[in-house]
Amino acid sequence: MITALFSSVEAGLLYALMALGVYISFRILDFPDLTVDGSFVTGAAVASVLIVGGANPFIASLAALGAGFLAGCATGLLHTKGKINPLLSGILMMIALYSINLRIMDKPNVPLLQQETVMTIITEAFQRFDQALTTFIPFVPKTWAIIVFGVLLVTIVKVVIDLFLKTEVGLALRAVGDNKKMIASFSGNTDRLTIIGLGLSNALVAFSGALIAQYSGFSDIGMGIGMIVIGLASVIIGEALFGAKTIVRATLAVILGAIVYRIVITLALRVQFLETGDVKLITALIVILALVVPQMVATRAEKQRKARKRGAAVASTQADYESV
Amino acid sequence: MLQLKQITKVFNEGTLDEKVALKHIELSLQPGDFVTIIGSNGAGKSTLMNIISGRLAPDTGEVVIDGKDVTTMSEHDRARYIGRVFQDPMAGTAPNMTIEENLAIAYNRTVRRTLQFGVTKKRREFFKETLATLQLGLENRLHAKVGLLSGGERQALSLLMATFTKPHVLLLDEHTAALDPARAQLITNLTKQIVEQYRLTTLMVTHNMEQAVQLGNRLIMMDGGQIIFEASGEEKKKLTVEALLQEFQRIRGSQFASDRAVLV
Repeated sequence: MITALFSSVEAGLLYALMALGVYISFRILDFPDLTVDGSFVTGAAVASVLIVGGANPFIASLAALGAGFLAGCATGLLHTKGKINPLLSGILMMIALYSINLRIMDKPNVPLLQQETVMTIITEAFQRFDQALTTFIPFVPKTWAIIVFGVLLVTIVKVVIDLFLKTEVGLALRAVGDNKKMIASFSGNTDRLTIIGLGLSNALVAFSGALIAQYSGFSDIGMGIGMIVIGLASVIIGEALFGAKTIVRATLAVILGAIVYRIVITLALRVQFLETGDVKLITALIVILALVVPQMVATRAEKQRKARKRGAAVASTQADYESV
Repeated sequence: MLQLKQITKVFNEGTLDEKVALKHIELSLQPGDFVTIIGSNGAGKSTLMNIISGRLAPDTGEVVIDGKDVTTMSEHDRARYIGRVFQDPMAGTAPNMTIEENLAIAYNRTVRRTLQFGVTKKRREFFKETLATLQLGLENRLHAKVGLLSGGERQALSLLMATFTKPHVLLLDEHTAALDPARAQLITNLTKQIVEQYRLTTLMVTHNMEQAVQLGNRLIMMDGGQIIFEASGEEKKKLTVEALLQEFQRIRGSQFASDRAVLV
């Protein structure tokens, strides 16, 4: 049980990068970008093929990041220059990437089990530390390396995003999602900003795909199916549980949301009745709950507040009558 | 400063819905000119604004700003020369961003955006000083999201954002029309103060004839896509709303009073 939770936190951290990407397109740019299902696999495919070809896994992961950026830019171009509706541009790019990903991998599945990957390298580097820890901590995960690496990496990415969104370009990017007409009247090239934003978003998604492939030991043509929903689930759960008042808070919430999502799925799959194939259904239900429950809570709180006010008003008028 | 040469614009050309929005508009603004434009609905005022700002391209004719032909320049490139305030108080600001972030965005209208922080200590001081001139207390709410401000406050902020970087041309598109009378008066006063302070070359569309008569040194009346009446200097100073209405009836022979242009 504890091992299962531990690995869901590991996976959650790696998926958090994808969720941050979705946050940029979905929340910052206000652009529901379905490219994610494709670009996630693109990242995995590029990294895997390079690693199998003998490239340094870190460089391979960075190459995946670049490939994702290009995929996102392509979606941006479809939308801004091709004047295609956002949803449709994403869907078109997603379907196009399916074939492109197959071409990159040359087969539906690339195993990485015998290869040196980012995960094996950091696990090895951590060996001493792991051995030392086992003497202190009774329960023993295979290694602490991935958690530590994940936390470090995600923190760095988070801080970079937070800072970037405060720069002049970052502010303009946020304004594109908030009020396009306004940013255009202040010399903001909305087309270019949208393209850059989608590029950054998908760069993170592909980077996450590359790391997940190395973490799970393979890349597969079908590993991106439903990825956008998982990303949205993380964003929405995170915002519902941890709030999104400021950017700094929101990005943290998205990361925690991704981890919570993994834990919930892990726990759900431990229920006897549920099967692995039910994951997508559970995901959908989680998103629905995360969307509906906060509304219901807010409405109820509002009602109670009004009822209290009414009660107070009635009481005071009664008091008035009595005093007369 | 701003020159419009033979601007013509036709919508839905060649169809049953064809509408000539502007017919051979000629207009030239000297530096510091403050021109008010009045006219009934469909007179072409908004089309004219959109053509100057670059949101629409004219069918024929040229837009020249500071001696530079900007007719084919995109809206965002042209925005370097133009400050704009819209009728809708929601249109000129980003609601989910803070006051200082909005000002930082406006600050970059003339300066190329880079990867340095939008709000620096120095700029924050500058923003505070500038906001203080509005006398609405916004300088103490730099971190408030703009969506929380009232319509009047938002429009005052929009006005400030469009002007504090001293645009070559300021376009005001019925920017007081969506506000209640008290707020509208506040924005009108601020407009006067800011335009005078920065000596901005201004073009203001309004439905309010009283406002058109009071503000500015020139007045233009438009109808059916043409400029049908113009007054400037002493003549403009002596204008009254009644005189304007009479003038309109004399030229067009129709009842100007039939639409909302008589919001006197």
